Formats: sequence, structure tokens, C-alpha cells
Amino acid sequence: MPFTLGTAAFVLLILLMRKHSGAAPRPIALRYGGFSGLVQVRICWFCGVSVLLCVALLTLGLVVGDFPIPAGRALVTAFWDRGGEYDFVVNSLRFPRVVVALLAGACLAVSGALFQSLVDNPLVSPDIIGINSGAAAAAMTILLLGGHVGLLPIAAFVGALAAASVVFTLSWRRGINSARLVLIGIGLNALLVALIAFLLVTFPIEQVSAATTWQAGTLAGATWRNAVVLVIGMVVLFPAAAVLARQLRVLQLGDELASSLGLNVERCRVAAIIVGSGLAAIVVAVVGPLGFVALLVPHVARALTGTFSAGVLVLTALLGAAMLVSADLVAQRLFAPTVLPAGIVTAALGGPFLLVILRRYYRAF
Amino acid sequence: MRSDQRRCDERGLRVDELNVGYGASLVLKQINLEIPAGAITAVVGANASGKSTLLRALARTLRPQSGVVYLDGVDVASLPARSLAKRIALLPQSPRAPEGISVGDLVRRGRYPHQRFLRQYTSADERAVQRALELADLVELSERPIDQLSGGQRQRAWLAMVLAQDAATMLLDEPTTYLDIAHQVEMLDLLAELNARDGTTVVMVLHDLNQACRYATNLVAMANGRVVATGAPTSVVTDDLILTVFGLEALILEDPLTRTPLCVPRKNVRIS
Repeated sequence: MPFTLGTAAFVLLILLMRKHSGAAPRPIALRYGGFSGLVQVRICWFCGVSVLLCVALLTLGLVVGDFPIPAGRALVTAFWDRGGEYDFVVNSLRFPRVVVALLAGACLAVSGALFQSLVDNPLVSPDIIGINSGAAAAAMTILLLGGHVGLLPIAAFVGALAAASVVFTLSWRRGINSARLVLIGIGLNALLVALIAFLLVTFPIEQVSAATTWQAGTLAGATWRNAVVLVIGMVVLFPAAAVLARQLRVLQLGDELASSLGLNVERCRVAAIIVGSGLAAIVVAVVGPLGFVALLVPHVARALTGTFSAGVLVLTALLGAAMLVSADLVAQRLFAPTVLPAGIVTAALGGPFLLVILRRYYRAF
Repeated sequence: MRSDQRRCDERGLRVDELNVGYGASLVLKQINLEIPAGAITAVVGANASGKSTLLRALARTLRPQSGVVYLDGVDVASLPARSLAKRIALLPQSPRAPEGISVGDLVRRGRYPHQRFLRQYTSADERAVQRALELADLVELSERPIDQLSGGQRQRAWLAMVLAQDAATMLLDEPTTYLDIAHQVEMLDLLAELNARDGTTVVMVLHDLNQACRYATNLVAMANGRVVATGAPTSVVTDDLILTVFGLEALILEDPLTRTPLCVPRKNVRIS
């Protein structure tokens, strides 16, 4: 019952925001002393609505589950009465899981927004061009070689950066051609997926089984430690993304114009690749290579706001958080008591969406 | 010492022994050129004669292999990117706007060289954007998505973006391509008005030789990566020049309205 209500509310909110979407209206300029900035009132509204949505989904995540707990009791256990009889189920299983889903969704979506604004092509998203797979392959190698779990985020980051450098270097020929970049990225992604499959069949089954579930992208077994890893990553990388947003707005006009507007194009691009890869990598290290959130959410945010700015990045993060929590809830409840990995649900949502983008973007060909 | 002194006083763009290329092949060979400040200069030449490359080198979006570009006597290579962007603006040929953005959003992006992270939109920024929208006659359309504009309006939106950059020198690569003749004239009139009122230095690549003669006070003719003639259109444009630059036999008349040269093709020697 709460689940149906939640879905209805979610759809309603997206429809409501959609009704007010379109090209960006004139923003309001705020000035105080030497500081000044632009604020789009509509984006603030969207962000507010998305915050409410995230809070609602957080509540829903605490209440919904296999083990029947009255809704009121679940909330009381989570927020006030930590020692209650449902303490373990709520505070050790459900609560960290929802929080990790919120944080991971936000990171993935922002990572996708950064990559997509690098080149004028909506398909340049870390899950399509092999960044996630690079992180996963590196992390899995460490995992299977018996490395410490604490090394996973670092390994994933190195893998993601390596994949990004390979893709961008190979597609470089007097500038970056976005179609070439996407095709090379898809090729690299296929190679890395093959490498992951190879690792899975080569190593003994008892070592591999944990890696298999992780590889599909699951939030089951998420812990507070995972949440801490994500928060640390976000504290460093989100401000960097906010600073980069202003430069990416200019980079979106094309390399030549950006450079004539005084932007150091190469430095900006490298910085965005590092920040975007970092965000994708910490998610991969914690919950595995969850596909399609990074592809889908920035599109929704762009369609809603009709622009790109630090404010749009905030909205992207909030919508990403909402999307991943919803996907995880669907994954848990759709075939209950059988629980799917959240990555399957995001893929089921994202696959058709990818087809829509392909049809729209390549209509000219 | 004395030559340095002279450079400090000089205004406009000067190009010294410029060689520019992509990889091994040279596109611009030994270019020496002076572009006066406050004038309208038109760059003409056949396709692939190096016109766009010259603009890129002037705006420093392309690094020359050798040679120097001076802006008001200062080597542009020595200027920080933002300071240069405040003084020279470049509008490339057929730029592409990000999907769905509005005219105002595009024009505001032109203020980038004047902004800092904590000073993202000062009142000076707001005034410059407003002025650019007014000049390009886009105030009413400022919240409209670029994708929904007509070709002429879209080109004006890009021009407004470059105007918001507020640089004293504007380099425009074929600002009239894809526009019908009425919109071409409208665009060129707007540039002439800017030049007359604010003394903006305009350097533009034009395909239409007659328009170039009509609007420019200074003509730069290029062929095979070299400058073959510079000067006032009336003194530079001859049937010989048209033959060298375009390989076209032409009759040069006088435009009955503006008294500028009017080029009427006879027949193409390359084809026959």
C-alpha cells in the first residue's frame, strides 16, 4: 500500500515539474558586496520538490521490506528509539541501504552530467563509454587477488581514470569528435566487460560469488561505512563540480568559442574528467557498476530546466538520489520475496530510454 | 628600442611573418598584415585559402608555428587568456548551441571572461547582456529556446553573445552564411552601425565580394595561404585580382548606389 502511494506520488511530481519545464526563464541576479550570482527561481522550486521526494522515499525505504514492521514503529525505531525490538532490521539493514542509495544515486547523476557536458553528445555518460566498467574491472582485480576492501575506492578511481584517458586519447584527432568518442567508448566498454567475465570464470567459485552480486550493482548489504565513503567523496568532489559548472557552460559552446572566450579548454576538460571519474568510481567501489542512472538523470534535469549551471547540478544530484532509491525499492518489492539487484531495475528503465535518445539524437543520420 | 616604442603607440592588429598549420602542412604562409583599429576589414578568398585559419590565429585559438600577432602593439601570445578574450571576440562559422537553451542563457555565457566564481553576475554583466540583446533586437525573444528561432534570429543571437563579450575587436567567420539576402544585409548593417557608433574593429570573412566591397573600408584578399592584396576596395579590386584570387574572369563595374566596385563574372577559366 505505501509502495503504490509512493509510486503515484513520484509520477505525479515528475509530471508536475514537467508541466513547468522548458527553456529557462530569466534568472534573478543576487548581489551582496563584491559577490554576485544568478538564481533561477524555477530551479529552486524543482530542488525543493526533489528534496521532499527524497525525504518521502527515505521514509518509504524504512517502512517497506520483507519483514513486516508497522510503519509508525519503523520510523520511531530509526529516529528516536534506537534500542527497540526492530532495531536490527531498521537501523542495520534498511536505514543504511536507503542512505547509500540516495548518496550513490546523487554521485552517479552528477558524474553523468559532467561527462555529458564535456562533449555535445548525450551518450557520453560514464556507464556507456566504459568508465564504470574500468572502475569495476580494477576493483574486481583487487578483490579477487585478495586485496583489502579498503583499497577498492582507490582501485576503482584508478581504473575509471585509466578508462577515461584511454577513451579520450584514442578519440583525439585535432579535437574531439563526439561520435568517435562514443563509439570508441562502447568498444572499450565491451572489452572491459569481457575482462570482468574472464576474471569471474578464472577465479575459484567461492571467491567469485561475492564479486558476482556486486558486479550486477546491488544495494543489499549496504552499511554505514559505505555511506561514509560516499560522503567523503562527495565533500571533495561536489564543490569541485560546482566550480567547474561555470566553465562547462562555456565549453558546451564548442572548443573554438570556449577558447576565444578565454577558457583553458584542455585544463577544464581534464578537470571534469577527473571529477566525473572520481564520482563514478566511488559508487562502483561501494555498490558496483550501476548502469543508466548517469545516462538518464542528467537528461531529465536538462529537459526540466533547459540549461546547465551549478543549480542544475544540485537538481541532478537530488533527482539521481530519488531515482536510485526508487529503483532499489522496486527491485526489492517487484518479485518479493525474491529481491533483484537495483542495477537490473535501472537497466530495465534505462534501456528503453537509451533507445529513445538514440532515435532522437541520430535522427539526422 | 625605437621599434618597441613605435609598437606601444600603434593601434589595431598587426601580423608579422606568420606561419600557421595543422600538423605538417602549412595553411598560412609568411603572412604580413596590418588591420587598422576602428575599421571594417573584410577577408575574401577562394575556399580553403586560409581565411578561417587567419581569424583563428588572430584570436589565438590556434597557435602559430612561427610569427607574431600584435594587438595594439602587444604580442597576443603574451596576454593571459581572459585578458585577450576581453579585447578580441571570435564568432566561428556555424556554431552549435547546447540543446534547449534560451537566447538569454546563450548571451549571458558571453560574459565569461569578465566573471569570477564569486562574481558571477555583476551589474556590469547585466548591462552588457541587456545592451547586446537590444542591439541584436532580441529583447522580446530572450526567453525563447534557440532551436525555435529562424536562421536570421539565430545568427543574431550568436552575434549578441559575442557583443556581450564586449571586446573592442570582433572577428566574424562568415556571419552571413545560411542567411537569405535580406537577412544578410540586416546583419551587415548592424555590424556597420556598431562600427560607426562604438568604433568597434570588425574583421569578417565574407564570401560575397560585392558585399565585402560595399561594407568594408579595408579588404584583405587571400589565395593559397598568402595575402595577395590589402587596401581600400576601390583601389584593390581589379579584374587581375579576381583572376588571381578566384581564377575567375570578371568585369569590374561601379556600384550605382555606393560607388564601390561591383564584380560581374564573365566565365570561369578553371572550368573552361
